[in-house]
Amino acid sequence: MSVLVWVEHDNASVKDATLAAVTAAGKLGDVVALVAGHGAQGAADAAAKIAGVSKVLLADDAAYGHGLAENVAPLIADLMAGYDAFVAPATTTGKNIAPRVAALLDVMQVSEVLSVESADTFTRPIYAGNAIATVKSSDAKKVLTIRGTAFDKAATEGGSAAVEAVSGKGDTGLSSFVGSEIAKSERPELTSAKIIVSGGRALASGENFTSIIEPLADKLGAGVGASRAAVDAGYVPNDYQVGQTGKIVAPEVYIAIGISGAIQHLAGMKDSKVIIAINKDEDAPIFQVADVGLVGDLFKIVPELTEKL
Amino acid sequence: MKVLVPVKRVLDYNVKPRVKADGTGVDLANVKMSMNPFDEIAVEEAIRLKEKGVASEIVVVSIGEQKAQETLRTALAMGADRAILIVSEDKVEPLGVAKLLAKVAEAEQPGLVILGKQAIDDDNNQTGQMLGALLGWGQGTFASKVEVSGDSVEVTREVDGGLETVKLKTPAIVTTDLRLNEPRYASLPNIMKAKSKPMEQKTPADYGVDVTPRLSIVKVEEPAKRQAGVKVADVDELIGKLKTLGVVA
Repeated sequence: MSVLVWVEHDNASVKDATLAAVTAAGKLGDVVALVAGHGAQGAADAAAKIAGVSKVLLADDAAYGHGLAENVAPLIADLMAGYDAFVAPATTTGKNIAPRVAALLDVMQVSEVLSVESADTFTRPIYAGNAIATVKSSDAKKVLTIRGTAFDKAATEGGSAAVEAVSGKGDTGLSSFVGSEIAKSERPELTSAKIIVSGGRALASGENFTSIIEPLADKLGAGVGASRAAVDAGYVPNDYQVGQTGKIVAPEVYIAIGISGAIQHLAGMKDSKVIIAINKDEDAPIFQVADVGLVGDLFKIVPELTEKL
Repeated sequence: MKVLVPVKRVLDYNVKPRVKADGTGVDLANVKMSMNPFDEIAVEEAIRLKEKGVASEIVVVSIGEQKAQETLRTALAMGADRAILIVSEDKVEPLGVAKLLAKVAEAEQPGLVILGKQAIDDDNNQTGQMLGALLGWGQGTFASKVEVSGDSVEVTREVDGGLETVKLKTPAIVTTDLRLNEPRYASLPNIMKAKSKPMEQKTPADYGVDVTPRLSIVKVEEPAKRQAGVKVADVDELIGKLKTLGVVA
């Protein structure tokens, strides 16, 4: 089976989410990586080095520069004449593009794949991860998005694939990129951070988030997350949100501070290796999933912890 | 400009899903069902566009069993003008739903189709994008802001790491994210009024669409449970544990 993998990139380098998608695709067959972008030779060269990639296709065109689904989906659908499966990481980019490709191919996509059971059978979470469905696809070609936390990352070195230029129809004229506001942070990105310190509504204000959560995160070199309640209350921006409606994370260590542990939050972090919870309510559901729990006042505990570490 | 809003009846978001003992799915017998929360946001956005004078008519459509009438009535009570129910007692996958919606869109000629980004039961996050492909329209997915001007719409999208704004030629597809708006509650007079708003019934066959599923469910299971760990008494003991676990040196 030959598999086309969507490479998530910033034109210069390859983003981590791609690496798990390469691993998942490798379980199906021969992996060919597609870099669609503008001035994306750097990303293509990086993709060629990923272990397990046998060939890189580079579609370099201004129309593909911002990954607009309207322009890249027809490119992928045309390329798919030569492939049996299309695999994309379940990032906001992958989730935007893959279903558009699936519909063009008349294929029912399998979203957020957790495991590849066989060439046509996959597991995926439903009901915010409260149930795991095993599904079998009867479509001739498969279209999958891959949950990054469920697969190991392929090595970024070791491959030496050839880069081949491909072209598509370019701009469909349906959409254009206006601008973006991507938060710049010195801290690691949530989806690739080894340690995450997350705060909940108990923080009570954005200022407390800055003065309580961030110093601990900085001490540990951790990423900073938040519960939906903290985001809804306006303490932090939405891209901090961990949970069913935010980011799905699985770091080595997840430290939940003042987070009760609503189902929707647990859905986003329960696959973390070690979970540590600090909460004043000893009956908080977060303690049912935590490896280590400490009941008490976060406003005393967290500064003390930061100081003593 | 007409706005089309598809809505789905799902297990209420406050109800904990229970996996059926025979492993065929999640138990939906005698549990509270509601409109998918992202679809409520879509209905609300359409109503706001109408209140601003941008939208002229709001048509809501649902594909599902007869009970989905309740969901459509809720949308009518919030402020939608009329409803279409495409009756299917069998589950229809996003691809089938998108094909049906494409037919409805061809008949209704909306300027915008606003959908929830995903349904909280199957968590597929596919229908809006598939509909965009089938109609050949632009798509603004995971929207946190929608601004219509003339024959285009600017959509601010929630993307990994921040926000992105795209401009789409209308007609176009928008899928909603949580922060787009806060849906209103229907008032009692509006709930009464909704009862007399028109609701048309159709079937997939009326549109000539084959909705045979492409995916079969092999089994549905509970996820592996995490065991609760230990509680520590104070910060020093916590640091001790962190050292044992190798989190800190």
